[in-house]
Amino acid sequence: MKVVYFDNNATTRVADEVYEAMQPYFCELYGNPSSMHTFGGQVGIKVREARENVARLLGCDPSEVIFTSCGTESDSTAIHGTLAAVPQRRKVITTRVEHPAVLTVCRDLESRGYHVIELNVDKLGRLDLDELENCLDDETALVTIMYANNETGVVFPIEQIAEMVTSRGITFHTDAVQIVGKMPLKLSNSSINLLSLSGHKLHAPKGVGVLYVKKGTRIAPWLLGGHQEGGRRAGTENVPGIVGLGVACDLAFKYMDEENTRVKALRDRLETAILEACPDSRVNGDPGSRLPNTTNISFEYVEGEAILLLLDRFGICASSGSACTSGSLEPSHVLRAMGVPFTAAHGSVRFSLSRYSTEEEVDLAIEKMPPIINRLRELSPFVQNRALSR
Amino acid sequence: MWEYTDKVMEHFLNPRNVGEVEDPDGVGEVGSLACGDALKLTFKLDKDGRIADVKFKTFGCASAIASSSVLTELIKGKTLEEAMKVTNRDIAEYLGGLPEQKMHCSVMGQEALEAAIANYRGQTVTGHDHEHGRIVCTCFGVTDKEIERVIRENDLTTVEQVTNYCKAGGGCGGCHGEIEKIIQAVQGQKVKEQTPPPPKKGRKLTTIQKIQLIQQTINEQVRPALRAHGGNIELIDVEGDKVIIAFRGMCAQCKISEFTMRDVVEAKLREFVSEDLFVEEDKDSVDAQHVHKG
Repeated sequence: MKVVYFDNNATTRVADEVYEAMQPYFCELYGNPSSMHTFGGQVGIKVREARENVARLLGCDPSEVIFTSCGTESDSTAIHGTLAAVPQRRKVITTRVEHPAVLTVCRDLESRGYHVIELNVDKLGRLDLDELENCLDDETALVTIMYANNETGVVFPIEQIAEMVTSRGITFHTDAVQIVGKMPLKLSNSSINLLSLSGHKLHAPKGVGVLYVKKGTRIAPWLLGGHQEGGRRAGTENVPGIVGLGVACDLAFKYMDEENTRVKALRDRLETAILEACPDSRVNGDPGSRLPNTTNISFEYVEGEAILLLLDRFGICASSGSACTSGSLEPSHVLRAMGVPFTAAHGSVRFSLSRYSTEEEVDLAIEKMPPIINRLRELSPFVQNRALSR
Repeated sequence: MWEYTDKVMEHFLNPRNVGEVEDPDGVGEVGSLACGDALKLTFKLDKDGRIADVKFKTFGCASAIASSSVLTELIKGKTLEEAMKVTNRDIAEYLGGLPEQKMHCSVMGQEALEAAIANYRGQTVTGHDHEHGRIVCTCFGVTDKEIERVIRENDLTTVEQVTNYCKAGGGCGGCHGEIEKIIQAVQGQKVKEQTPPPPKKGRKLTTIQKIQLIQQTINEQVRPALRAHGGNIELIDVEGDKVIIAFRGMCAQCKISEFTMRDVVEAKLREFVSEDLFVEEDKDSVDAQHVHKG
């Protein structure tokens, strides 16, 4: 059965060009980029080229790019590195809808005596910037707020927030793993100090990430050891991953328009058709400021895991904010923070597309979704027959 | 991804006895939309007192649907006395096993059956037997009696198992200590002390020790519960036995707001620090930034 992959916010397929470019760096060009000999040195040149490609996509200087092992490492480095650089400041501001790579770190800080503020969001998943402004003070070491939400695709006004935060001498970090490659960035014109990206979200392999560090940002290294990455991140470089990420960034730069035109149109068509065919369904997240590839739809009276398993029968891959899919007993912290009623949170499904998504795949999901919802609603004790799909 | 047996998938994809029996003799409804699963069971008896027809409607995941389907198969044709002997373990075994974290689905089936039989007998018992127990897990509304029962019937020895079987402790985690105590009480010597003991009180404390213990108690015993409901707590000051605290970002729609949080905090501090403590809420420090929006 053909796989219809609508779970690109979880991870993406590695682009063929990326895979090709990585091949020589396993068995042939396996030298250490730090070595003095030509054999290793030529690898160092490839790492430099990859760095330049990343910098071009981010609109920054190559010296501001630090390669890491993943988005989570970038986040942890940004948070711990900043706090270590300004030890006298003990307050951190974040949001309730962050990815666990940030939220869990902040809650751990709290248990160790830091004052952590988690900003609320409204029903559409938007922040209140006045609330943020009121929280900023001389105690604040760091503000860390995601660029785009992985579950709903809601995009925060990060440029505006970065300006507000940094103008008070406070460091600003953003976890941008979901937005890099989907919307253009120009970090040289931005106030953002620190930005995390993850390779496998933009068709590079798993196991490589980047922390962007704006020149002049006070940050201590987190992973200590050798002098790699200018002493800012020790550890022998993941050369194949870095080379792959370089090519992936190059491709993302090339396909940026397509993400915002063809992919967005596919997403919109999928979303509109499902909402029309299934009564008592709704989109979660601010329709006015959203990633072009993501839709998060709640279906009342049914449970997400059951929906996913029935979609799986047709090879369609999606994800859900329901409790049962996470192995925990409570639904998604993002949807709960938005005040999405439990009834709708349990029945939420996220479809996230990519430039590899096709019209035929969207057609298949549009065809299969209404009968699946109908079938589960026929089983549900909360549904009277009137609520079944047309 | 869950590893479901073929039997679970078969009953999920082709559930038996779906719907509602017309003019039923007994109706049992357990669970809720908020909890993430719910089951409505209806049955009709024949003239010999055997279950002639039984149907279910279930909101929930694959294992909840499969458990409900199997339950109806297991009890059809049985007398109520025979049906009462069907346990959650029978349901799970029939399915060739369920993932540990999904055992509560089989327990829900058993509860619905009991509720339906009680309904037939003219008793009003809901699945969550609140009248006959004290709520231990506020997140999922599970009582001590229900917890005791799953421990006894399934020979459970850890908090994690209890959570898997009846959801208790699966939300904020604030009740883990109490669940631990119930396990100890039911299982006695079978289980050793598995969690580190909570902060000890009773000795004479210096002011600094007292403040540290208050902070520790708030961090470990109070904050997780509030966190889970989108709130937070801050220790503002300690003046003698007066503990001044402030609440942050309390979520208006959450269940826990039905309680006065001040009382909860005070009870915890008295339990873990000193009987003499009393708590005051510092309303002044709640400025605009902390008011819950939306």
